[in-house]
Amino acid sequence: MIRSRGSFGHEQGCMTQLQHMAREGLQQLIDALRDRGYRCIGPKVKDGAIVFDTVESAEEFPRGIRDQQEPGRYALTESSEDKYFDWANGPQALRPLTFAPQETLWKVQRDGGGKLTFREVAPAMPPTAVIGARACDVAALKIHDQVFLERDPADPYYAARRKALFVVAVNCSSPASTCFCASTGDGPHVSSGFDMALTELDDGFTVQLASDAAQSIAAALPLVDATDEQHFAVGHQRSEAIRAQTRSVPGRNLRQALFDNLHHGRWKDVAERCLSCGNCTSVCPTCFCHREEQDARLEGDAADHVRMWDSCFTREHSYMHGFVLRETTAQRYRQWLTHKFGSWHDQFGRSGCVGCGRCIAWCPVGIDVTEELQHICGEGSSESIPSP
Amino acid sequence: MNPYLPHDAVIVDRVQESTTIFTLRLAFSDPVQQKRYAFAPGQFNMVYLHGVGEVAISIISDPERESLYDHTIRVVGRVTRGLAQLKKGDHLGIRGPFGRGWPLLEGEGRDVMIVTGGLGCAPVVAVINYILHRRERFGRLTIMQGVKHAEDLLWRSRYEAWARMPNTQVIIAADAAGKNWPWHVGRVTDLFDQVALDPGNTVAMMCGPEGMMRAVVGNLLGRGMSADDIYLSMERNMQCAVGHCGHCQFGPHFICKDGPVFSYREVQPLLGEAGF
Ligand code: SF4
Ligand code: SF4
Ligand code: FES
Repeated sequence: MIRSRGSFGHEQGCMTQLQHMAREGLQQLIDALRDRGYRCIGPKVKDGAIVFDTVESAEEFPRGIRDQQEPGRYALTESSEDKYFDWANGPQALRPLTFAPQETLWKVQRDGGGKLTFREVAPAMPPTAVIGARACDVAALKIHDQVFLERDPADPYYAARRKALFVVAVNCSSPASTCFCASTGDGPHVSSGFDMALTELDDGFTVQLASDAAQSIAAALPLVDATDEQHFAVGHQRSEAIRAQTRSVPGRNLRQALFDNLHHGRWKDVAERCLSCGNCTSVCPTCFCHREEQDARLEGDAADHVRMWDSCFTREHSYMHGFVLRETTAQRYRQWLTHKFGSWHDQFGRSGCVGCGRCIAWCPVGIDVTEELQHICGEGSSESIPSP
Repeated sequence: MNPYLPHDAVIVDRVQESTTIFTLRLAFSDPVQQKRYAFAPGQFNMVYLHGVGEVAISIISDPERESLYDHTIRVVGRVTRGLAQLKKGDHLGIRGPFGRGWPLLEGEGRDVMIVTGGLGCAPVVAVINYILHRRERFGRLTIMQGVKHAEDLLWRSRYEAWARMPNTQVIIAADAAGKNWPWHVGRVTDLFDQVALDPGNTVAMMCGPEGMMRAVVGNLLGRGMSADDIYLSMERNMQCAVGHCGHCQFGPHFICKDGPVFSYREVQPLLGEAGF
């Protein structure tokens, strides 16, 4: 059902009047951001997928392109619509921008007397504007803010990158078959956590400004107040995007249901399909696990201490002097699911899933979390087997 | 301050405790930092070996001794093997202290029962020393230690000395022992009936293999102790020590930050569940 005008703006945390700009305004937005010293990151087609990369021109955007996503499958096709943002998402959200896949934390130098001098390596992140962040991407960013910033101690590396980020969100009009953000409560439209939010309509974009930085950029844009019809079109697009989503989680808080079913037969069943490859954790925008290593290239008496993304699907993740705590795939898959959808609630007050569907599309064997959760937490899910 | 950045520390002294266990006595090279450094028994440091990496090690010295701190380390992997090669005067990197230590304030005025199993259980040695140096603040002290082989018992003379202290009971057992073993042969849990337990007025603190800790907890609960008065020191893979890297998770808990010491009530739901 379509709600009347007025409810949309407030519901979406709009801090200013909704404005409108013509389609050509996208280039002006890029120019305005670049003029103010931002490096612009936007969606581009690369190796058959949509990726975030440096952009200078709106020409580089995937205009007129759609993504077809199914369990274990991702493909780009031509769209019947001439829009810049007629697609859902690509393999990576904003995570690599704020939480580097690999980075040096510090360097150490040993002097003649054996004394060690440790030197922090501060991340060099120029002011960066990302255009085209989805509601799920922004929700995941807020989750990482909880993980890395809002706890004591904060992570200085994440903090430095995060501070440099300006987020231009674009509401989703065309969810993929794998998307289920409406059921997690994170999309398809953004509600907070962005500087500027766009909705692409047939006649251009509506624009929401949510920060002082965004207000100052807006001064360089050809903005006019949105009409009633445009307000209505935004709301209509939102309800259509919700309606288009066929997948869902069986509940927003599955903590109890998961921990009540630690010996459910489905863990073994999914483990027979799962390759324990960790693709799901490397595309998931909220996974935060990382490991630390010394750079083996010990040049003379210097060494680099590096951290890199890690996954609970590796053996090393649960290695403890001499043994591996999670030897079986069933145990690892259970760690992934019980953390993401279960203990995440204890740790951060919400589920760790924002419904982006990436783990479904990028799983080489097409395992679908929503389906696994349905089996384990849905009704009649207490069938029991010995511990995995 | 960057919580990831280690600081140079120097080995002031080194003691070989057994073939695989050694103690490093350390001090930060920066005297100001050494003076500022404060920790609680049960907390740990990340110890960095140059060019190799870091490992989490519990601090066993007395927190009120300002000039240095001790780590007793068992050789179990790459980093500890390398640390074992270091000599007096060598340098390493230290960051810490991290985590939540033993509930010593809650223990004041009450009986304390300490149970350990396995080799060189350093985290509780810190508590024993702490209590014995402040003997008047605590009630009856019971120390129970179980080992596999008699020769695994570290600090035998210390246990003997502790046994002579007032209001202190020491109970030791080895699964296998030779002729000169004055204590019990079998499980330490066999000896529970020798312990005069005042269940409402005791705090129990334990560390060691989880199976052993579960057996002891079962006994203590059976004798009327509350799950809130039983504390366990937990161990998992640790990389960051500050709750960011995800490795040490135990269900809802980050062991590095929420622990390593937990009350039994906190860890009970998953303790003994393989894979967590
Ligand atoms: S669990 Fe899957 S659907 Fe949920 S946020 Fe992670 S990748 Fe997206
Ligand atoms: S434990 Fe697994 S699911 Fe949880 S954050 Fe780490 S990699 Fe992701
Ligand atoms: S050791 Fe990294 S989260 Fe605990």
